[in-house]
Amino acid sequence: MKLKGSEIIMESLLREGVDVMFGYPGGAILPTYDAMSQYEDRLHHVLVRHEQGASHMADGYARATGEVGVCIATSGPGATNLVTGLATAMMDSSPIVAITGQVPIPAIGSDAFQETDVTGVTLPITKHNYLVTDVRELAYTIKEAFHIARTGRPGPVLVDVPKDVQNAETEFIWPDDDIVLPGYDPPWAAQTHEIEAALRLIAEAERPIILAGHGIIMSGAMNEVRELAERAQIPVSLTLLGKGAMPEDHPLVIGMMGMHGEASSNLAIQEADLLIALGMRFDDRVTGNLKTYAQNARKIHIDIDRSEINKNVRADVGIAGDLKTVLTQLLPKLEGKSHPAWIGQIRDWLEDSSERDILNYETPGILLTAQVVNDIWKLTGGDAITVTDVGQHQMLEAQYYPHQRPATLLTSGGLGTMGFGFPAAIGAKFGKPDEEIWAIVGDGGFQMTLCEMATAVQENVNVNIAIINNNFLGMVRQWQELFFEKRYQATPMVNPDFCKLADAYGIPNRCVTQRDEIEEAVRFAQDIDGPTLIEFVVEKEEMVYPMVPAGADLHDMKRRPKPGEA
Amino acid sequence: MAEVKVDSKVTVVALVENEPGVLNRIASLFRRRAFNIDSLTVGRTHRPHISRMTIRVDAGPEYARKIATNLQKLVNVIDVRVIDNEPHVERDLALIKVRNDDADSRNTITEICDRYPARIVDVGPKVAIIEMVGTEDIIEEFIEQVRPIGIVEMIRTGVVSMGRGTRIHDTNFINRRTLVEAAAKARSSNGHNV
Repeated sequence: MKLKGSEIIMESLLREGVDVMFGYPGGAILPTYDAMSQYEDRLHHVLVRHEQGASHMADGYARATGEVGVCIATSGPGATNLVTGLATAMMDSSPIVAITGQVPIPAIGSDAFQETDVTGVTLPITKHNYLVTDVRELAYTIKEAFHIARTGRPGPVLVDVPKDVQNAETEFIWPDDDIVLPGYDPPWAAQTHEIEAALRLIAEAERPIILAGHGIIMSGAMNEVRELAERAQIPVSLTLLGKGAMPEDHPLVIGMMGMHGEASSNLAIQEADLLIALGMRFDDRVTGNLKTYAQNARKIHIDIDRSEINKNVRADVGIAGDLKTVLTQLLPKLEGKSHPAWIGQIRDWLEDSSERDILNYETPGILLTAQVVNDIWKLTGGDAITVTDVGQHQMLEAQYYPHQRPATLLTSGGLGTMGFGFPAAIGAKFGKPDEEIWAIVGDGGFQMTLCEMATAVQENVNVNIAIINNNFLGMVRQWQELFFEKRYQATPMVNPDFCKLADAYGIPNRCVTQRDEIEEAVRFAQDIDGPTLIEFVVEKEEMVYPMVPAGADLHDMKRRPKPGEA
Repeated sequence: MAEVKVDSKVTVVALVENEPGVLNRIASLFRRRAFNIDSLTVGRTHRPHISRMTIRVDAGPEYARKIATNLQKLVNVIDVRVIDNEPHVERDLALIKVRNDDADSRNTITEICDRYPARIVDVGPKVAIIEMVGTEDIIEEFIEQVRPIGIVEMIRTGVVSMGRGTRIHDTNFINRRTLVEAAAKARSSNGHNV
C-alpha cells in the first residue's frame, strides 16, 4: 500500500505504541497535521499554546510512564521553541521523540521562510537526530528514533522531516526486524570480576552508603536496591531525581543529598568509607567541592553510561551496565552485614536535623512554603504525582513531600528549567490519567509557561496547580541575601492576580494566605474533575536550609539555627 | 572536564558511518567537552559506508578514556580505539612550497630531500613543491631543515594511524540503506506489506 510520508509518520507512531502527542501546527508540518484527521480515534493530538510546552509535556509523559513521549512542531520558530524542552530531557535522560517539519529539500540551505538548521541547533542537546531526505527511509528512521530514545541511557531524539518528504508517496513497510545500529550498543551486564570486586568492597566496608539516583527508577531496579540495602544494612541517600527509588519512610533512607540535601546525608557521605553510587552521575549540585568530596570513601559506581564513570569522581570499581541486570548478578553472592555504630551515628545527625526543622518552629501570622508542601503531602496521602518547577519551592518539595513510589516526583534536575512544572504536569496526566497530579510551581516559573492553562482547559486536564507566590524569584533572592549583601537586583516580582487570571481562563481557583485555609483549598481542587489553581501567598524571604554554597565542601553547610539559638 | 593539561597528545582512531553530518557531530562533541583537537583526518575505508578518522588531541592519557567513551556514545561512531598504547604506524603528509629562484636554494633542496622521505613534485622558475611523508616528528624536523631556504606556503594532512599486526580494527556490518532497500524489495515482491 502506497502512503504519503505524513501518513507513514502516523502509522509509525501507532506501531510504536503512541496514543497521544503534543504539538503545534505550521506551514512545514501541515501535511502531517492533515494526515492526523484520519487517525484521530487512535492518536490524540494535544494543541499546546507554545512549542516549549509541547516538549515539556512529552517529557512529563515520559517521566510519569517510562514510555517515549512525543512532541511535534513546525520548522524554524516551531522547532527552536522545542529546544529548551529537549535540553531538559537530555540532562535528565528522559525519552522523547520530537518530530519537526522542515522546508522542502530543494529549499534547504536557501534561508527559506521559517527555515532553521534544526538538526544543527539540536545536535548537542539530543541523544541523536535525523534529517530525513528520502521518504523510503522515514518508517525505519522513526523506528530507530524510538529505539534510541528508550534504550541505554534514554534521551530525546529529533526527526526533521522536510515538507516534500511528508508529501511524497512510497510503499509503507514497517521494519519488523531488529534495528541495525553498529555504533549503538548500550552496556548491559557486568563481568564476573567486576561483581566480585564490588562484593569485596561491600564486605570490607564499615561505613557504607548507597547513593540512589534516577537510573534506579529508569531501570526498574527498586526491589534490587532495597534488597541490597536491607541485606547489607546500608543507609540510602537519594538524589533529587532518585526520590521514589526507595520508599522514603524506609528506616534505611536518610534523605536527599547535595546542595539542599539533608545534613545527615551529606555528613554521612563525607564520613563514609564506601560509596555505592547507583544510576547517578555525581553532579556538582550533589558533590560540592570535588577535592574534598567523600575523601575517606572507596567508590563503586554503576551506571548505564560508560562515559559517566570516572567523569567527576574516580571509581575504585566502575561498572557500565543496566542497574537491574547488574544488581541481579550481584545479589545472590551478597552476604548479610550490619553496621549498628554507623547507623546510630547517622540517626544522631537525623535527630539534630529534625530539631532544626522549620515545621517545629512557631511562625505565627506567616505562611511558609514548607507548610504548604507538607500539608499537600498530608492531604494527598503522600501518594500524588507532584511535578515541580525550579527554585525554592522545588527544594522544599523535595524536603517536605516524602515519596513512596518511583516516578512520583517529576522535576527538572540537571537543566533546572523554569517553566517546566506546569506543562510537564499536563503531560504526566495524559500518561497517568488515574493518578492525582499536582503542579507545584513558583510565581516566576509559572509565568514562563502559564499560557498552557488554555491547553489544560481545552483538554479538560485534571491537574491541580499550586502556585507558591512569594512575589520574588526566591532562590535567586536567597543567593542575593547570602552572597550579594541583599542587593535584590531583578528578583522582586510584580505579579498578576493569579486567581483573576485563572478566572479568565475558566479555571476554578482559590487564594490561600493562612495555614488554616490550606485544607479547604486542597479539598476544593481535589473535588473538581478538571484543572484548578490555588495561589498560596507565602512569606517573602523564606530560606531553604541546609545549603551547601556552590563549590563549597559538602560538609560545609549553612544550617538553620536551632530554636533559641537564632 | 574543564582542566585540560596539555602535556602530551592522544591519538584516537574511530570507525564511523559514512553519513552526512558525522564530522559535525564529532567536532561538536570535542568542542562541548572542551577537548582540544590537534589534527583530525577523515577518509573512506575499503567499505564504502565506513569512514575512518584519526584524531590527535592535546591531552594526557587520563583524557584518552574520556574521549573514547564520549565518542562511543555517538550513534554513528561504530568503534573507537586509543592507539597510543599499541604498536602502530603513523603518517603525516606535508606539501611545502619553497623558494627555488637561485642555484643555491635548488641545490640545498635536492640535498635535504635526499636525506628524508621527501620528493620534489613540482618545480618552477621561482618556487618548488616538496612532498614529505613521515611521522609527525620527522616532518617537524624536515620543516626546520627547509625553513632557512624560505617556505612560502605549506599544508599538512594531519596524522593517520594504523595499529600493527593482526589486531584488526575493522568491522563488517550491513549498511542500513542496503538493508532497508533489500527488505523493501523482498516484501514488495512477496506482497507482504501493511
